[in-house]
Amino acid sequence: MSKPKFRSVGHNQRKLDGVALVTGKARYVDDIELRGMLYAKILRSPHAHARIVEIDVREARSLPGVCAVLTYQDVPRIQYTTAGQGPPEPSPKDTFVLDDKMRFVGDRVAAVAAKTPQIAEAALKMIKVEYEVLPAVLNMEHAMDPDAPKVHEIPSANGISIPERNIAAQVEVTDGDPGRGFAEADLVVENLYRVGYVHASHTEPHICITYLDETGRLVVRTSTQVPFHVRRIIAPLVGRPIGQIRVIKPRIGGAFGAKQEVLLEPLCALLTLKTGCPVRLQLTREEVFVSSRTRHPQVLRCKVGVNKDGIIAATQLDVLANTGAYGSHALTVQCNTGSKTLPLYRTLQYREGVNNVHFKATAVYTNLPVAGAIRGYGAPQGYFALDTTMDEIAHRLGMDPIEFRLKNLIREGDSPALLEQLGEGREGVKQVLKSCGLRECIRRGRAEIGWDEKRARRDQGPVKRGVGVAVLQQGSGIPGIDMGAVTIKLNEDGSFNLLAGATDLGTGSDTILAQIAAEVLGTDADKFSVLSSDTDLTPFDTGAYASSTTYITGMAAKKAAGKVRKMILDRAARMLSERGEDLVLEDGQVRGRKESVSLGEVCSDALYQHDQEQIMATASHISYDSPPPFSAHFADVTVDTETGRVKVLEYIVAVDCGTAINPQMAEGQTLGGIQMGLGYALSEEYIFDDRGRMLNPRFMDYKIFSAADMPRIKVILVDTFEPTGPFGAKSVSEIPTNGPAPAIANAIFHAVGVRLREVPFTPERVLAALKSRDT
Amino acid sequence: MKIKLTINGVPRETEITPDEKLLGLLRREGYFGVKFGCGRGECGVCTVLLDGRAVNSCITFAAQAHNRSVTTVEGIGTPDNLHPIQEAILDHGAAQCGYCTPGIICLARDFLDENPDPTEEQVRDALKGNLCRCTGYQKYVEAILDAAGRMRKLSGDSG
Ligand code: FES
Ligand code: FES
Repeated sequence: MSKPKFRSVGHNQRKLDGVALVTGKARYVDDIELRGMLYAKILRSPHAHARIVEIDVREARSLPGVCAVLTYQDVPRIQYTTAGQGPPEPSPKDTFVLDDKMRFVGDRVAAVAAKTPQIAEAALKMIKVEYEVLPAVLNMEHAMDPDAPKVHEIPSANGISIPERNIAAQVEVTDGDPGRGFAEADLVVENLYRVGYVHASHTEPHICITYLDETGRLVVRTSTQVPFHVRRIIAPLVGRPIGQIRVIKPRIGGAFGAKQEVLLEPLCALLTLKTGCPVRLQLTREEVFVSSRTRHPQVLRCKVGVNKDGIIAATQLDVLANTGAYGSHALTVQCNTGSKTLPLYRTLQYREGVNNVHFKATAVYTNLPVAGAIRGYGAPQGYFALDTTMDEIAHRLGMDPIEFRLKNLIREGDSPALLEQLGEGREGVKQVLKSCGLRECIRRGRAEIGWDEKRARRDQGPVKRGVGVAVLQQGSGIPGIDMGAVTIKLNEDGSFNLLAGATDLGTGSDTILAQIAAEVLGTDADKFSVLSSDTDLTPFDTGAYASSTTYITGMAAKKAAGKVRKMILDRAARMLSERGEDLVLEDGQVRGRKESVSLGEVCSDALYQHDQEQIMATASHISYDSPPPFSAHFADVTVDTETGRVKVLEYIVAVDCGTAINPQMAEGQTLGGIQMGLGYALSEEYIFDDRGRMLNPRFMDYKIFSAADMPRIKVILVDTFEPTGPFGAKSVSEIPTNGPAPAIANAIFHAVGVRLREVPFTPERVLAALKSRDT
Repeated sequence: MKIKLTINGVPRETEITPDEKLLGLLRREGYFGVKFGCGRGECGVCTVLLDGRAVNSCITFAAQAHNRSVTTVEGIGTPDNLHPIQEAILDHGAAQCGYCTPGIICLARDFLDENPDPTEEQVRDALKGNLCRCTGYQKYVEAILDAAGRMRKLSGDSG
C-alpha cells in the first residue's frame, strides 16, 4: 500500500527552538532577572521518621537579610497529592506543604527566603528543631507487617488504601481462569525479580520562580510538565482562585516524568505571598536525588505457563511496590506495570477466546525517598520480569526466543480483555489494536544484529559473548482522560501563531505540532511561531506525560489547522470568485483554476477589507484509543567471567511509532530512552545506610551513562499507519526505556547461562550469579 | 575585590567576592547560556572556555579569570553567524532539551581546536565529563565529527 506523500510530516524539520538552544539564547526558568528577587532554601529532615516536638525559628527570622521563614505552623493545613494529575486524582492526598511529621530523610522541615542564597543557607542552620525520632520502615517487604511503624496517621488522609498496613494503593484483576491454565500447562516458570530506586536525572535541577504581576496576580514560572495541573493544584494551597494564578513553563532542561510533580511551586508561591517579593527556589543536585521523585522499586513475581508447543496458557504478575514516604502515582504506576506488559502476549490461543491472566499490585509506604512518574511509568519494571520469563520459557522448551515470542504476540484486531478492567487508576477502556508493526520490528532487528549467526556462536576464554532480545509495547496517552487543545491564527504575511497548552520538555513537541499544522495548511513548519505552556495565553492541555503529546495534542493541532484551512478556502473562494472545491492550498498560496492568492492576502482581506474577522480556530482532542507503539530490542554483550563486567557492544532497536512525524526526533527520543534504560540495567542505583539516608546523591557516585560508556546504537523506524493518530502517528518517547534491562539480561544468559533477576547487573551481582551457577 | 577579564572578546571589570565561582559571575553578567547542573564539577553543563580551554565554571573561582579571557556559548556563534559546531548540532537534531548544549559546544570547540580530525572514540572520550540525559549522545557525537569535517574544510579553503 503506498502512503500519501507529505510535505512537512515525515521530514527532519530543524527544531523551531534549535537556534536559540545552540546559541545560549534559550530562556529556562532561571534565565530572567527580577529586581528584589529572594532566594529560598529548604531545611530537610535528618531522620527517616520523626515528629517535630519543637521548632524555634526566632534566631533565623532575626538574621539580617532573611525575609520569611515558614514551618508547618505557617502554612494552611491542607492535604494534597504532589502527583500532578487531573481530578479526580488517583494518588492519595497524603502530603502537606509543610508538616510536623517527617517521613523520610530529606522531607521538608522549613523554608527560608532571604536576600542571598548564602543568607538563606545560614538561616537554615539557625533553625532549632527538637525531634522525637520514631521507628522507621526501611524495608518494603516488611512494611505490611502488623507491628511495622505506620508511615501515615490513622485516621488518615483520603485516598490511602489501608493506612493501618502501610498500603498506599492496590489493584487486582483476573481474566479467564488462570488457575486452570497453570494446572493444564506443560511447563510453568515462576521467578522473583527485584528492581530498586533510580532517578530521572534530568540535567536541569527542579526550579521555580514566583512573583506578583502589576495587578497582584501570582505568576509561577516553573520547570514543569503540567502547567495547568500546577495552577489547579496550588490554588487551594496558596489560597488564591485559579483565575488569580498564571503558570508559565519556559524552556526546560529535561523532565522525564519527575517534573510532573507539584513539589516546589506551593512553597515558593507562599514565600512570595508572605514577602510580596519574587522568590526563586532551586534544588541542589543532592536535593534532586533525595527529595524529588524516583522510579518505584518493586519485587515482582512473574509466572507463565505454556503447553509443549510453546502456546501460552496463562500469565500472572504479582507486584509489591515501594512508593516511599508518599503515595505519588502509587496506584497508576503499578496499574501500568501490568497493563503495559501483559497484553503484549495473547493467552487466548490456548483455549479459543479465553484469556487466562492475573495481575495484582500492592504499593506500600516506607520511610524512604518518594517514587513517582518516570519515563516508562511502571513498564520498565514489568518488562524486566515478564520478558526475561518469556526468554527462560523459550530456553526450557528448546525453542529460539524469537520463535517462541512470535507464536504468542498480539496481532492487529486483537482486543486484550485485561485493558477493559485495568485502566490508569480506574476501569480501562476497550482497545482494539489497529496498527502493529511488531513482527516487522523483529524481522528487521533480527537481520540487523545477525541473530541467527550470533546465537550459534560459542566462545573460548574468560570473556563470553551473547545476544538477547526483548519485545515491548507502551501506550499513546491515557484513553478517555488526556485532552489537548490548540489555537492557530493567521497573520498578514502568511505566517501563523500556534498556541498550545502542551509542554515541550525538550522532546521537540513544539516543532512536531507545527509540522502537523503545516501539513494541513500547505506551508512549512518554520512559518509557525509556537507559544506553548502559558496558562494565561494558551488553551488547556493535561500536560506532557503518558506519551501523549504527539498523539493527543497533535490531533488537536490537526483539527485546529483543518478549521483554519476551511476559513482560508472559504474566503479565497470569494476573493477569486471560484468554487471551493476547485481550490488548492499549497506553498502558502491558494490556487484557483485561473488565479491565486497568497495566505497573506487572504489574511489582509479578512482583517481589513471584507466581512472582517480573525482567521483563527481552536480545537480540542481526546481519544478513547491509546494505540501502543511496539519495539524489539537486541543487545550484543560480553560478560567477563573473571571480573563480572558486562559490556554492551552493539544495540539494535526497531520501533513502530506509526508515522514518525519527525524521524530524526523519533530517533533522538529512542536513543535517549535507551541511555536511561542502559543505566537501569547496568549502573544506576540508590544506596542507603541503615537509617534510610541515601549515600550516593551525586553524579560521581550515581552513575548515569556518559558518551564514553554508550554503545553504538542503531535505530530502525518501522513505518506503520495508526488510523486514530495525526497522519498515522503513535507515541515514541517512553517505550525505549523498557528494553535494555530484559534484552541485556537475556544476552547475559546466552553468554554465560545465568539469569540475573535484580537490576542493575553490577560486576558483583554477575560474579555472584556465576558463582551460584558453578556450585 | 575587583578583577579584569575579557568575556567573549569584550574587556570587563567587575567586583567579585573571594569565594565566588566563575559560573555565578557569568550568569550575573547576563550570560545565561552558562548552566547550573550540580555545582560540583560532575555534569559539565556549566562548561566555558578559559583562555580557550574548557573548564567547569561551577568549580572555577571567578578570581582565576583575572586578566584572562572567557568564552561562553554566546561568544562561539550567534544566530546570524553560527559556528560550524552549532550548525552541525542543528543539522543532526542533536540537542533535545538543550540544557547540556552550551557546555557541549564549548567542550567541542576546545577539543576540535586540539584534534581537528578525531575518531569517534576520541570524541566520546572527550565528551565523558559532559552529561546529557536526553539524547544518548549519539547525535552529538555524529554532529561533532561532522563539524570537524566542516571546520577542516573551512580552514583548508581559507588557508
Ligand atoms: S554545574 Fe558545573 S559541572 Fe555540574
Ligand atoms: S539535550 Fe537534554 S540534557 Fe542534553
